Amino acid sequence: MKVTLEKLTKIYPHRVKKGEFVTAVSDFNYEIPDGKLIGLLGPSGCGKSTTLNMICGLEKPSSGRILFGDDDVTAVSPENRGVGMVFQNYALYPHLTVRQNILFPLQNLKGKDKLTKEEMEKRAEEAAKLVQIDMLMDRKPNELSGGQQQRVAIARSLVKMPRVLLLDEPLSNLDARLRLQTREEIRRIQRETGITTVFVTHDQEEAMSISDSIVVMKEGTVQQTGKPQEVYDDPVNLFVAKFLGTPPINVFEARIEGGKVMIGDDAVLTVKDEKDRPVWAAIRPEGFIIDENGPLHCRLNAVEVMGRDISVVSENEAAENPTVRSIVDADNLKKLSGETVSFSVKPHKIFLFEKDTEERIRFEKKG
Amino acid sequence: MKNNVKAWLYLLPAVLFLGVFMVYPLIDVLIYSFEEGYNSASQSFFGVGLYNYDYVLHDPYFLQAVKNTFLLVIITVPISTGLALLISLGLSSIKKLKRLFQTVYFLPYVTNTLAVGLVFMILFKKTAYSDGLINLLIGLVGCNPIDFIDGPYAAKMFVLCFYTIWIVLPFKILILTSALASVDQTYYNAAKLDGTSKFRTFARITLPMISPMIFYLIITGFIGAFKAYSDAVALFGTNLNAAGMNTIVGYVYDMLYGNGGGYPSFASAAALILFAVVLTITCVNLLVSGKATGK
Repeated sequence: MKVTLEKLTKIYPHRVKKGEFVTAVSDFNYEIPDGKLIGLLGPSGCGKSTTLNMICGLEKPSSGRILFGDDDVTAVSPENRGVGMVFQNYALYPHLTVRQNILFPLQNLKGKDKLTKEEMEKRAEEAAKLVQIDMLMDRKPNELSGGQQQRVAIARSLVKMPRVLLLDEPLSNLDARLRLQTREEIRRIQRETGITTVFVTHDQEEAMSISDSIVVMKEGTVQQTGKPQEVYDDPVNLFVAKFLGTPPINVFEARIEGGKVMIGDDAVLTVKDEKDRPVWAAIRPEGFIIDENGPLHCRLNAVEVMGRDISVVSENEAAENPTVRSIVDADNLKKLSGETVSFSVKPHKIFLFEKDTEERIRFEKKG
Repeated sequence: MKNNVKAWLYLLPAVLFLGVFMVYPLIDVLIYSFEEGYNSASQSFFGVGLYNYDYVLHDPYFLQAVKNTFLLVIITVPISTGLALLISLGLSSIKKLKRLFQTVYFLPYVTNTLAVGLVFMILFKKTAYSDGLINLLIGLVGCNPIDFIDGPYAAKMFVLCFYTIWIVLPFKILILTSALASVDQTYYNAAKLDGTSKFRTFARITLPMISPMIFYLIITGFIGAFKAYSDAVALFGTNLNAAGMNTIVGYVYDMLYGNGGGYPSFASAAALILFAVVLTITCVNLLVSGKATGK
């Protein structure tokens, strides 16, 4: 089921901030292709959960439309939209067993959709098998681990065969190891069922690793959409550049002077036809090459060995966050000695942004 | 061993206090209840035996008190708890004037029992000059006035139950509204997305989640109603036996200090019978609630 969001806007007229109504989501346009997994990504308070709540119908949009396939569901009540939702805290009914929890949505069905007891049991068993909790059916939620509870919540949302599956921060209550495992599990279940899925998270790594496409949001507006790698390699503004990637991108206060990009006194790049002005220069950690004759000079602080790679922590006066973190091949270890380190920069790993608007400057490299 | 001494030292104030003011009187009551023909003036008695219990259990006043108390318990506990649940549900679903209504419903809790009794007297009492406000209303629908305070037993029982329910309601509403507020909203969101009907949401989600609080209210409600006394006094005056509206605690009090007072042995026996009844019912309650909540 394709999901289309058209000019979706949510304003809270009862909440006022700085003399204006709070706009949680503004003019959200996006089309989620059928059967894809979409990651809604952004810092907390950026409106991603509000968007999710509007898709499922728990919140009414102030304006705009939501379409499932060709049906306009904007005015349809949540229970008639055919959405399954997994809540951040799972919302499993604590007094019911796993089986009763999974059966709960089916027992609500009325009229022609009503199922017999055997059919319900069968559907519940299937859903439980899909998420591999069929051996825990008679336990209560508090007898399960966080990861198992998560699976039960997914089974409960899938059992009524929804057209769209929504996951609200599904991994944030799990520990690091379980998080990795569960996100692969979510990916597997999504692939197996082929159900269109929207997944909200503030963790960019999580979103990048399992989504077919990501939507980066900030303060209620969509910043950029696209395949994770595309967004990572081609951010439209400084916010997106900073938000994606671990370790984060290194941002420098720089300026263009006579066609040269200057970080401090170091000319790191030559560009064509750009007038002189101050800019932000952002370099991905993997964009540095250790090079004795390289143009960028930093004070060497520490070297963290990670096996295949090493992480070089250095300092530069012009860096926004004084430490500069670069990831280079471990073979470079012997080159690192003394007080300073010199880098040259991979041109496709450096992005320039306007100083005031923080929009991307699409420069042409010279030479 | 040293730790033990220290622990007991810490406990000493509480142990002393409880020992003198609770354990000793309890034992004393037990002893009194077996001392036959105890005379409080001379502090002497004839013998030891079950005569006091025998007397109390055959005393028509006591039997009337037991009947009154049981009726009061059986009528008021379910009604007040159910009513409190309804009102709390209403309170938690309205948005406007919520605080105002919460305050209004809580007022009886901070009002003096005797003052409330007086108001009820004014509402219900039939005097030579006036039939009282309630009778006025009854008259409007074309029925004969009833004397609620000095009239037939059913009418008096009705007033007592009405009064008791009114008095205990605020506390129950307070507990239940906070219990309802503590149910996580996401359960309701999840239920809503699954198309759960209002009734099913209440029966399968809300009720189980607040059931520990409901059982708490039922248990304390039983205990409270069994210990009723001041309510009856506020409505019917101190001569409850004459009014036929005595309660078990009222009977105990009358045996000690009332018109026919000065019988601590009978009072003790009655008090112990009440204790046994309350203990049994509380145990049954705990058993049932334990089964129901699965703990």
